[in-house]
Amino acid sequence: MKLDIRDVSKRFVTDERIIQALMSSNFTVDHNDFIVFLGPSGCGKSTLLNIISGLEDASSGQVILDGDPITGPSPEIGMVFQQYTLFPWLTVRQNAMFAAQLSCNGAKGQLENDRPRNIIHRAQKLLKLVGLENFSNAYPHELSGGMQQRLAIVRALANRPKVLLMDEPFGALDSQTREELQDMIQLLSQVEKITVMFVTHDVDEAIYLANRVMVFSQSPGRIIEEVRIPFGPTRDPALKLSEEFLAIKKNLKELINQDKTPSYSRKELLELISHST
Amino acid sequence: MKPYFLLRAPIPRVLVWTMGILSLVLSVSWYIWKSENAVGNPQQETFFPTARIILQTSWQMITEDHATILSDIYHSTYRVFAGFLLAAFIAVPIGVLMGAFNIAAAFFQPWAEFIRYIPVPALIPLFIAIFGVGEEPKIYLIFVGTFFPLLLMVADEIRRVGYDLIKVAHTLGASQLEIMTKVLLRSALPGIFDALRICHGWAWTYLVVAELIATNEGLGIRIMKFARFIQMPKIMMYLVILGLLGLTLDMLFRAFNRYAFRWADTSKK
Repeated sequence: MKLDIRDVSKRFVTDERIIQALMSSNFTVDHNDFIVFLGPSGCGKSTLLNIISGLEDASSGQVILDGDPITGPSPEIGMVFQQYTLFPWLTVRQNAMFAAQLSCNGAKGQLENDRPRNIIHRAQKLLKLVGLENFSNAYPHELSGGMQQRLAIVRALANRPKVLLMDEPFGALDSQTREELQDMIQLLSQVEKITVMFVTHDVDEAIYLANRVMVFSQSPGRIIEEVRIPFGPTRDPALKLSEEFLAIKKNLKELINQDKTPSYSRKELLELISHST
Repeated sequence: MKPYFLLRAPIPRVLVWTMGILSLVLSVSWYIWKSENAVGNPQQETFFPTARIILQTSWQMITEDHATILSDIYHSTYRVFAGFLLAAFIAVPIGVLMGAFNIAAAFFQPWAEFIRYIPVPALIPLFIAIFGVGEEPKIYLIFVGTFFPLLLMVADEIRRVGYDLIKVAHTLGASQLEIMTKVLLRSALPGIFDALRICHGWAWTYLVVAELIATNEGLGIRIMKFARFIQMPKIMMYLVILGLLGLTLDMLFRAFNRYAFRWADTSKK
């Protein structure tokens, strides 16, 4: 698997002006890379992810997957969203196996085609790995937020995509659940040897998961630096308190905040406090 | 007692039934009081027959002339369902298209919005001219009355399906057609059935209008025939029949929805 992002940029043209959502970006993704896009909101990180998924068009440039340019969404590129996107009318198991019934997998009863069977088999295996097998017959509204996202990950992976894109997948979860799922996805990515591209604005999350962090900045949205994370392929939650981890965190925080001014008048608030005391 | 008067305070099942029965008892006692007071006053006596007279007349008609009642129920139900089902079978697919493709909505919406505001009774002369005075104009009148609102409601239900579900289905490899049938339609189905339930209620309203067209049998026209001879007890009886029919069918729709769409999380609505 090799994914090439070549000169990809995105502009939005409104009546009054042109908004540069993402400046020209270039990099290559290798097999089993865990790449995290880190940056504040409005920095173009989600835009780039949507372009890679084929859901959005780039204004210029191309995304090339194993030699072929991406022209639209395809089962080769899976995606997990921040909002819960499970199909509420399907049970946990039916959600996990959703792709098996689609015509792109030759679901129309061709005996020699074993893709649907593979998807079903994989879904069952993954449901067990993420601890959902006892909930196979439950409906999504009966699951907690963390369980819903675990199922969304299973559903995407059962399809055996070449790349898994994750757009702030744990953003709506409480911090305890978020840390659990971070640990689960990094282990899962090693067991399944999957390639992941992950969007977040949480610095800890970025360092814990990534082998490469793309640091984004806003107006105009662009990648300002690539930071390699030197920890091995599998990581322990205790790592988050190590000095090495904190040093990287400090460096990344500085990169993100370097040209940032608060949108509220911090100075005035501080003055008010000093006057009142 | 007090917590039940807080905004949206939940109330126990017993209280739901108590309040329902209380409102029924209050209304009926008011009528009994009104009609008993009217006894002796010839003009009022005609318009407010006592409960005893209503029950007696009803019982008499049920025992001696149930063929007429059953035939009226049959004819009216047939018209309602012919018009309503015809509307449903055409409005649902077109409504799904309108909700899925903006280009389809742009094509159908203007006509739907326009015709929806034409009062159905105003169409009677036109329909008699086109379809004559048989069953057709009656069925088509109910059809027109329910089709256009239903079309817009179905389109809205499809539009209400989150775009995220479409996106995720795309990334799983679903085609446009598969997304329409396996995601949009499936997701909107509870809402569509609710729209059908509501439109079915309107069909009964248009029935009474439709039966103004040269009709011999039917609940609506029978009431008008009774009115001609100021047969108040019989009118009352037929009104109760209409209400009970509508209520029963509504309850059947609701029961079906609850059974078929157990997956829909009603607690969050």
